[in-house]
Amino acid sequence: MNIIPLFVALPLAVAFIIPMLSRKFKWFPDIAGNITTLILAGMSFSVIGKTGIYSMGAWEAPIGIVMVLDGLSVLLLIAVNVIAFASTLFSVNYMDRYTSKLRYYSLFLLMVAGMNGVVLSGDLFNLYVFLEIASVASYALVGFGCEHEEIEASFKYLVLGTVASAFILLGIGITYGSIGSLNMAQVSEQISLSGMNNALLFAVALFIMGFGLKAALVPFHAWLPDAHPSAPAPISSMLSGVLIKALGIYTLARILFNVIGVTDTILNILMVLGAVSMVIGVLLALGQWDFKRLLAYHSISQVGYIILGIGLGTPLGILGGLFHLINHSVFKSLLFLNAGAIEYSTGTRQLDELGGMKEKMPVTGGTSLVASMSIAGIPPFNGFWSKLIIIAACIQAGRPVFAALAVFASILTLASFLKVQKYAFFDKLKDKWKDIEEVPVLMRLSMVLLALLCIVMCVLLLPLLNTGLFDNIDILGPAVDALMKGTAYAVRVLG
Amino acid sequence: MTGMTLIVKRIARCVKSFIFLYGIYITLYGHLTPGGGFAGGVIIACSFILLILAFGKEKALERISKSLASELDSIGALMFLFIALLGILIGGSFFINFIQKNNPGQDFHLFSAGTIILSNIAIAIKVGSSLFMVFVIFAVLRVVKKGDKFEMIQTEMRDEE
Amino acid sequence: MIYTLCLVLFMVGLYGVLVKKNIIKIVLGLIIMEYAVNLFLIFLGYRIGGVAPIITRGADLVEFTKNSVDPLPQALVLTSIVISLGVIALMVALCIRLYERYGTFDITEMRRLKG
Repeated sequence: MNIIPLFVALPLAVAFIIPMLSRKFKWFPDIAGNITTLILAGMSFSVIGKTGIYSMGAWEAPIGIVMVLDGLSVLLLIAVNVIAFASTLFSVNYMDRYTSKLRYYSLFLLMVAGMNGVVLSGDLFNLYVFLEIASVASYALVGFGCEHEEIEASFKYLVLGTVASAFILLGIGITYGSIGSLNMAQVSEQISLSGMNNALLFAVALFIMGFGLKAALVPFHAWLPDAHPSAPAPISSMLSGVLIKALGIYTLARILFNVIGVTDTILNILMVLGAVSMVIGVLLALGQWDFKRLLAYHSISQVGYIILGIGLGTPLGILGGLFHLINHSVFKSLLFLNAGAIEYSTGTRQLDELGGMKEKMPVTGGTSLVASMSIAGIPPFNGFWSKLIIIAACIQAGRPVFAALAVFASILTLASFLKVQKYAFFDKLKDKWKDIEEVPVLMRLSMVLLALLCIVMCVLLLPLLNTGLFDNIDILGPAVDALMKGTAYAVRVLG
Repeated sequence: MTGMTLIVKRIARCVKSFIFLYGIYITLYGHLTPGGGFAGGVIIACSFILLILAFGKEKALERISKSLASELDSIGALMFLFIALLGILIGGSFFINFIQKNNPGQDFHLFSAGTIILSNIAIAIKVGSSLFMVFVIFAVLRVVKKGDKFEMIQTEMRDEE
Repeated sequence: MIYTLCLVLFMVGLYGVLVKKNIIKIVLGLIIMEYAVNLFLIFLGYRIGGVAPIITRGADLVEFTKNSVDPLPQALVLTSIVISLGVIALMVALCIRLYERYGTFDITEMRRLKG
């Protein structure tokens, strides 16, 4: 049996079983949520190296709705489902402070279903529908605490997110009007036959605006520093770790590379957007004292790296961008979980009020050190390799200015995380934190899991050396292939 | 909240069951005439909303309590998924029309469009109960809950088309 | 021409979102934007003097495809209306909560988040 549709169907089913059963069994949401995300993570590992096309209701590609699994989808599926598992593991204890676990898990699984749907969809409008499912669930989750700041952030996110969706829908409408099809493969085929026209260029502009808003690239980033810190910690780690990537970067890359087909102008726009986000994000992050807000600004900056890498358009650049995408989802989620753990124990996120957490919370301290080193690009950790590849790709493509900006942003990132480490973990322990304790075991487990991933992720680079030994873990190669082949996507899907 | 005047109550009492019946009619004939699960569900929800407007929330919540509405909500969604999964089991593909696949139905009969009728019923249950919940939450209780009731409708609608 | 009018309507909605200070008016602006997009989609499929896209038995297919309106945008609009129903319900819920917390609908007075 083909498991592609189950990536969407399973979380949707559990999301609706949870409200039915958990009125009788209080423990049900926790167990069901964790088992579901664990199964999803296992399923996403089982599709490594596979490709496939699934036609809904056995209607073939140009007429019916298809789901397409290729290298890029596999990469995103793994990122989404592994982070989702770590987040649910963390939520078991963390979410005790909030009122309704039932609604939390229900919305969480809807969000996962939406993201899995986005990365698998082969149809433009279907992509929009899944994108809205994931977005609506995330709007509700950002405002989950129902306090002043959370509602305000949620409203801001909701307004900007809806504007982005309207742009995207208008773009899809224009594409349909000028091509006469919604199937991505067929649109791509028609464009390569007839070439671009003005209406399509307008649609491309709308797509860049809409998906750029979802990905929080710099001119469109205003909602992110409010929305991500306001959510509960596991949700922040989902939002920053995978949501902006699945809804923003993946869709942008897929539509620009595989459907429309990239030109030099588009690549230049992407590179400039990426470089600007990279620098401005990190500059804004330097002045922050709220732990989670600082991390949110770093998300903008790191998304800039990914877009810069993908925007270079060379195989090495795309490899760096995609590798940084999966690395960033691991270490940024870990950092948000660390922030959540600190908030769980102390009740504050202000760095200047903390200090000496390393003695009282060794696991949190240790894992956050790993993640900080990783995001700042210190050699043995995964962040170093992806940044190195991006910078090397910039130089190889003859764009030393972008390379210099990437190095500059990396140094500022290091400075910013040294500040975090010093104030939060290494400083003298303050008197008022004498009695705090390390977080419960499940929370520790999920942090340690992600920290281990941070260390071992560089094995993902091994298959690229063509030794023939590691071919069964080759995740990045097919993903780069999927983007590099560009509009050959159409041939693959339509057969 | 005690409701409106005697005239309104009297008329509402007469009309409500007809509205409900009309909703069911729209749902069951959705594959033949304009309408379908969503429209039918909205009309079914309207019959309960009329009750709330005329009699106050207590009368309506006596008939269908909030927990029952949310159970129905989940049941509708699960029924829809179950139909899709039956497609895998019987026809070998998600959402396949397994009833009509090998034996085309007779024109203008209940099953003349295969599984569409079943999906319409599931959607009507889902949409009816969730719109009822939305109205109860917004207009009467004035206590706001999370918007977790809406997302599923979208996929259903999309797939119905 | 008629597409330009849709775009104007879209811009009216965008203006409302960007300029107005009352959150209810922002919500209305968003609704106008979504409706402009829906109208645009409907116009895409419409054909003056077209027939309903239902094939009857024995119909001439060539004649039919020449005359019927495009049914796909109608399906899309139906779906997008349902999506906006969900989004708007959530938005109004948040507006009510914001009013409970801050006692005002004015967005300039909701300034807890900075930085």
